[in-house]
Amino acid sequence: MISDIAIGQFFPGKSPVHRLDPRMKVLLLIGYIVFIFITFNYFALGLMALSVLAIVLMTKIPVKMYVKGLKAIIFIVLFTSVLNLFYGTGTPLWQWGFLKITLAGINNAIFISIRIVSLILISCVLTFTTSPTDLTDALERLMKPLNFFHIKVHEIAMMMTIALRFVPTLLEETDKIMNAQKARGADMETGNLLTRVKALIPVLIPLFVSAFRRAYDLAVAMECRCYQGGGGRTRMKTLHMGKTDVMAVVFTLLLLTGVILCNTLLPATIR
Amino acid sequence: MSIIETQNLKLVYGADTPFEKTAVDDVSFKIEEGDFVGVIGHTGSGKSTLVQMLNGLIKPTQGKVLLNGIDIWKEPKKIRKIRFKVGMVFQYPEYQLFEETVAKDIAFGPKNMGLNDEEIKQRVTGAARFVGLNNELLLKSPFDLSGGEKRRAAIAGVIAMDPDVLILDEPTAGLDPNGRDVLLAEIAQYHKTRKNTVLLVSHSMEDIAKTADKILVMNKSHMVMLDTTQNVFSKGEQLTKMGLKIPQITQIMMNIKNTGYPVSSGVLTVEQALKQLLPLLTNEKNIKQKRGSK
Repeated sequence: MISDIAIGQFFPGKSPVHRLDPRMKVLLLIGYIVFIFITFNYFALGLMALSVLAIVLMTKIPVKMYVKGLKAIIFIVLFTSVLNLFYGTGTPLWQWGFLKITLAGINNAIFISIRIVSLILISCVLTFTTSPTDLTDALERLMKPLNFFHIKVHEIAMMMTIALRFVPTLLEETDKIMNAQKARGADMETGNLLTRVKALIPVLIPLFVSAFRRAYDLAVAMECRCYQGGGGRTRMKTLHMGKTDVMAVVFTLLLLTGVILCNTLLPATIR
Repeated sequence: MSIIETQNLKLVYGADTPFEKTAVDDVSFKIEEGDFVGVIGHTGSGKSTLVQMLNGLIKPTQGKVLLNGIDIWKEPKKIRKIRFKVGMVFQYPEYQLFEETVAKDIAFGPKNMGLNDEEIKQRVTGAARFVGLNNELLLKSPFDLSGGEKRRAAIAGVIAMDPDVLILDEPTAGLDPNGRDVLLAEIAQYHKTRKNTVLLVSHSMEDIAKTADKILVMNKSHMVMLDTTQNVFSKGEQLTKMGLKIPQITQIMMNIKNTGYPVSSGVLTVEQALKQLLPLLTNEKNIKQKRGSK
């Protein structure tokens, strides 16, 4: 089934990570991404990678799901690390024509792979543990200052919510239409590229028709409930920072201190 | 030999995720050629999943589906041929229409079968006649039809493949009462003329009572009954426990029987009920008149 896509999926749960305020989670994610990129030696990077792993385990979501998420980007990891492998400077350990491998190159390759993998894992933590509505809610709050520049933050957030909300619906619909056409003998698995693209027409046309129908229905339903955009709207669920959030911040600050200490006290492996 | 047989069919959705769900569990049955089988069950009981396994759209996690005694997944590459033999009309099939004209849309299935133009033309007109679409409509765009006409066009698209087994998943959902009756009558007529096997999934016990000879009951992923319509509907209490009902008229006749009148319990249609009730009424009158004359 198409719905086997792991990235962007939400797994409900009750772990401390689930309970964090979504705004805090978004901010912390940005923090972690920055920290991962300011590590310059193996100790600092190791510290970050270990804490990412600890958080992953804390979510109590099967590790299998994270592996699935990583599978999608394995190519990018390999590609960048191979590139980095040949881009190092210094005395070559091995040389063939213009290709040469240096100690710095190997270090770079390992470093970059660990960085990307940690990056993906920590991003997965956010999307796995936060429901799409909570996430857009948080983004709307965090982007609020942009209102000052006449950017319609609420409208953007609403569009994101609706888009996210309809991803599973449209996937399900695609699945249904594909099945219906397969039942009439449509062949989508064999043939060259052109025939396969052509085979998608019986799926895409009904899908577009129904997407427009849904959009129209939704617009009417929203207008019936007097939706007029963000002005003056109150919220059913207000977000609150709690004890867990404070603890998360303390932990993150400790981690930052650790990374800075490692960076300054120990020699840098990469520049 | 039975036309369709299943052996310990089992299907698990989303295995190894927090959303793991067994939709169909250990279902074995035999359906004979020419049967008209109604499939009933509560929402989420696994009916739709079950019927989708019968034409190879979903591969069972465990167990086998035999068509004419041959496992349909024996040669996975030839699964398309199975789908031509076991035609499947989905819920709200009108959303699968896509061609420029209704005729072209109905021809989609036969074309995929690799038939020649002459044969395709015959199949299209034949199928259109079965569902009561006239020639004028065949040249229109499917998106210009009314809801009921779209539904017929979509059903014709499956009938045009002339399947040995026709599966309909709630074909009357969302139609007005008149549209329902007409469509059901057309399906019954189709079954009578082609003498093929029909499976009708429905929430409407009345629809099932009117058309089906046998009923397959699904409850919580398991098959609980496969028996003649009369036998199944005479087990009203058991069905109620599963969140199902028996047809209103069957219930009424059962209540009449329970008060002591000599009527049979397996009454399925209003016509049958009338036949049994009228003589009773005249009897009653006779008795009263006799008492009066004394």
